[in-house]
Amino acid sequence: MTASTPTAETTAAGPAARPGGATLRLQLTGISKQYPAVRANDRVDLSVRAGEIHAVLGENGAGKSTLMKIIYGAVQPDAGSLRWNGQPVQVGSPAAARALGISMVYQHFSLFDTLTVAENVWLGLDKAMTLAQVAARIGEVAHTYGLDVDAQRPVHSLSVGEKQRVEIVRALLTSPQLLILDEPTSVLTPQAVDKLFVTLRRLAEAGTSILYISHKLDEIRALCHHCTVLRGGKVTGEVDPTQESNASLSRLMIGAEPPALAHRDAAAGAVRLAVKDLQLARSSPFGTDLQGIALELRAGEVLGIAGVSGNGQAELMAALSGEDVRAAPGSITLDGADIARASPRRRRRLGLHFVPEERLGRGAVPTLSLAQNTLLTRTEAVSRSGWIATGRVEALAAHLIARFKVKAGGPRAAARSLSGGNLQKFLVGREIDANPRVLIVSQPTWGVDVGAAAQIRGELLALRDAGCAVLVVSEELEELFEICDRLQVIARGRLSPSLATREATIERIGQWMSGLWDQPVAPAVAGSAAS
Amino acid sequence: MLKLEPRAQPSQAMSLASPLIALLITVLLGVVLFVLLGKDPVRGLQVFFVEPLKNLYALSELAIKATPLILIALGLAVCFRSNVWNIGAEGQFIIGALAGGWVAMQAGPELAWLGRGLVVFVLLAGVLGGMAWATIVALLRDRFNANEILVSLMLVYVAVQLLGFLVYGPWKDPKGFNFPQTITFLPEARVPRLFDGGLRAHIGTPIALAAVALLWVFLFRTYRGFALQVGGLAPAAALYAGFSSRVALWTALLLSGGMAGLAGALEAAGPLGQLTPYVPAGYGFAAIIVAYVGRLHPVGIVFSGILMSMFYIGGELAQSRLGMPKSLTGVFQGLLLFTLLACDTLIHYRVRWQRRVAAVPKGI
Repeated sequence: MTASTPTAETTAAGPAARPGGATLRLQLTGISKQYPAVRANDRVDLSVRAGEIHAVLGENGAGKSTLMKIIYGAVQPDAGSLRWNGQPVQVGSPAAARALGISMVYQHFSLFDTLTVAENVWLGLDKAMTLAQVAARIGEVAHTYGLDVDAQRPVHSLSVGEKQRVEIVRALLTSPQLLILDEPTSVLTPQAVDKLFVTLRRLAEAGTSILYISHKLDEIRALCHHCTVLRGGKVTGEVDPTQESNASLSRLMIGAEPPALAHRDAAAGAVRLAVKDLQLARSSPFGTDLQGIALELRAGEVLGIAGVSGNGQAELMAALSGEDVRAAPGSITLDGADIARASPRRRRRLGLHFVPEERLGRGAVPTLSLAQNTLLTRTEAVSRSGWIATGRVEALAAHLIARFKVKAGGPRAAARSLSGGNLQKFLVGREIDANPRVLIVSQPTWGVDVGAAAQIRGELLALRDAGCAVLVVSEELEELFEICDRLQVIARGRLSPSLATREATIERIGQWMSGLWDQPVAPAVAGSAAS
Repeated sequence: MLKLEPRAQPSQAMSLASPLIALLITVLLGVVLFVLLGKDPVRGLQVFFVEPLKNLYALSELAIKATPLILIALGLAVCFRSNVWNIGAEGQFIIGALAGGWVAMQAGPELAWLGRGLVVFVLLAGVLGGMAWATIVALLRDRFNANEILVSLMLVYVAVQLLGFLVYGPWKDPKGFNFPQTITFLPEARVPRLFDGGLRAHIGTPIALAAVALLWVFLFRTYRGFALQVGGLAPAAALYAGFSSRVALWTALLLSGGMAGLAGALEAAGPLGQLTPYVPAGYGFAAIIVAYVGRLHPVGIVFSGILMSMFYIGGELAQSRLGMPKSLTGVFQGLLLFTLLACDTLIHYRVRWQRRVAAVPKGI
C-alpha cells in the first residue's frame, strides 16, 4: 500500500491535495465477499477522508460494485470490518446506510417517467414532508450546488443528464456525509461531465466525501484526490491520480497496457447500405422519434455513430436490423435493393448481419446452449424442409469457440454461463464468421473486459480490411475514435452529417451530441481528451 | 437461519429430482391427511399407488385415463414453451367431443361402406373442433391483443353450456327416457379396442405414444419447433432472429387445441360411447399439472400422465373402498403441483445454513 503524498499545487478547478486531515470518514479493513463462482472482494482495505473525492478504479468484474453495495448495506460481507467516523458499524440495509449519512446514485436511474421530479423524490422519502415542502427543498439544494433542476417537470421530458441531476439532488436531500456515484459519466456528453465535476468539487469543499467509481482514467485524473485500484477483487494500488499517467493507472487496473491497434486508412468502395430520409414514430411512449436520418455506408470502411444513449440509437438499430419493419419503402437500401420492410431473416440472407447491445435475452437465449444459440442467425445446419442437423450445429459452435478464442465449457455450455466478454466474442464471432456484406454492431465492448474489447475491435478492423462495411454504434468516444474512419452523431432522433475521424475532436463531437451541429464550434472546454 | 442462495448455474440434477421430491412430500402429506381423517394410512396409500397397477384390468383402466391427459398435456407443453398461456384445454376437449360425437351419430346404413374407417373421420372432426375453439382464442389475441388466459378459460364455460344445450335439446336421444344424453354410438363409430375380452383400453393409447415421439422430434429436431421455444424463452431474441410471434401464437394454439379435441373425440367415441353432460371430467385442467410435473418434456409427460391418472383411479377407489370423498383426487393433484412449484426453487437456489447478521448498533 503506497501512502499518498499531499501536493502543494491547488487550483480552483483542478484537483486539490488530499484534504480532510486525520479524520477518516469511512474505513474498510479486510473486506471479503465470496459468490458461488467468484471471489468478488478479497481482503479489501479502503479509507476515505472527510471532503475527499476518492476514486475506485477497476475493470468490469473487478469487484467495484460489490464493494459499494457492501458500504451501502445492500450486500453483507463474509469477513472484514467497517468503521464510520471512527466507530465500528455493521450496515444491515440501505435504509441503515442512509440513516448513517451514506447516499448512493446508481448507474441506472430509478425514476418513474410519468411523475414529476418532485413526486419522484417525494416517493423515496418518509412522508414527514409535504410535496410542496419537498419541491421547495429541491430548489434549495439545486441552487446551493449549481444543479439545474425544475421540480415541477415530468421526468419523461428530461434529458439523461437532467435525470442524473435529479438522482443526485435526491441523494443530497438528506445532506449525506458520503456520496457514492457509480459510473456517473457513462450517460453524459463531455460538456455535461464538466458541469457534473463542478458540482462534485463544490460538494467536496463543503465537506462531503465522495466515492467515485469509474474505469475512465482521464476523468479520475482530472477530478479525484485519491484513487484505490481494484483488480480481480484485490486492491492493486492506492495512488494520487494527479501524479499518475493513463499508462501507469492502466497497468495497475489490468496488469498490462492494452495492445495498440494498427489502424490503416480505409480504401472505401461502393455504397453497401444507404438510409435516405428515414422517419419513424416512436413505438413506445418514452422512445424517440427518428427524423430525417440519412447515412451511407461503403464497403471497406467503419462508420461510427456517437451519442448519449436514449437519443434514438435503439430505434435506428431496430429499423436497420429488421426488428422494426415500419420504415417507409425505399428509405433503407442494401446494395441498391429496398429492404425497409424486409424481415431480419431476409436481410441476413442478403448479407446484413447485426449484433445487438443486449447479449443475454436478445443476442442469445440465456438458458440455451451455445450450439443452439448459433441457430438464431446461422441456418447452415437447417435443411430446406426445416430439419436441424444437430451434429453440424455443434461443429459450428465449436468452430466459433476455437476461432474467436472464447472461454467456454464447450458447444453445450449455456449462454448465461459465459462471462460478458466471452459471450460477446462468441456473438460478434457468430456474425463475422457468416462473412457478412454489412455488419452492424451496437455497443461492441459494453461491459467487456479490456482484453476481450481489444480483440473484438481488432476483429472488426480485420473484417473491414476484408472489404465488409461496418457500422458501429457506441457511447464510448475513445472506442469510436480508435476504430472508425468516419463519425456521425445521433441526438434527439436526428443524425448529424458525417465527419472524417481524423478531422474530429472530442469537443466538436461533444457539442454535436447535444444536437448542435448547425452551429460553429464553441471554445474548447476543459475535460477529457482523446487518447 | 436457513438461507436461499442463488446457484451459479441451474442444477440439471435438481431439475430431474424436483418432481420426485415433490411426489415424496405429496405422499407424506397424504399420510398425514389419512391419519387426520382416522383412516389407515397404509391402506390409503395402497389404494392410490398399488391398486391401480395391480393387474391387467387395472392397467387397462389406467391407460384409458392417462391417454387424454398425455395428449392434452403434450399440446399444452408446446404452448407453455412458446409463452402462450392456453388454460382452456377443457373447452377444446369438450368441443372436440361434440364434433367427433356428431360425426359418430351420423353412422348408419348410408355410411356403411366406410366400415370402421368412419372412426378416422370421428377423430379428425375432434381435432378440427378443438382447433376451431382454439382459433377463437388466437384470433382475439392476434387482432385485439385480448389476454389468452382469460379468453381460453372463459371459453371453457361457453363450451360447457353448448354441450348442455345440445344434450338437453336437439341431440337428446328420443328413446332415452328424457335423460340428457345422445344416442349410444353404433359399434362402427366407436374407437376400436386394443384387446378382445373385457379390457377397455383402446387405440387412443398407441396414438398418444406416437404423438409423444412426433412432438419430441418437432420440439428438438425441427427449426419451427426451435423458433417456437425461443419465442417463449426470450421474446427479444426471437424478434432479433426474425421468428414471428404471430406464427408462434397460431401454431401453439392450433396444435394444443387439436390435441385436446382429439382427446375429446377419443373419450366420447371410446369409453363413453355417447355424449352426456358429464363429458368434461377435468382432464383439460389436470393436464396443466401433467405438463408441468413432466417438465414440459414429451417423455416426462408420459410418466406424469400415468401418475395423475393413478390419482384419478385412487380417488374413485378411496370412495368405494374406504368411504372417503372422491375429491381426494383433486387434493392429491393440487398437493403435487404445489410441492413441485416449491421444490423447483431448488433448481435455481441452494439452501445454506447461515449465522444471523447482527443489526446496526443504535445511536451513532
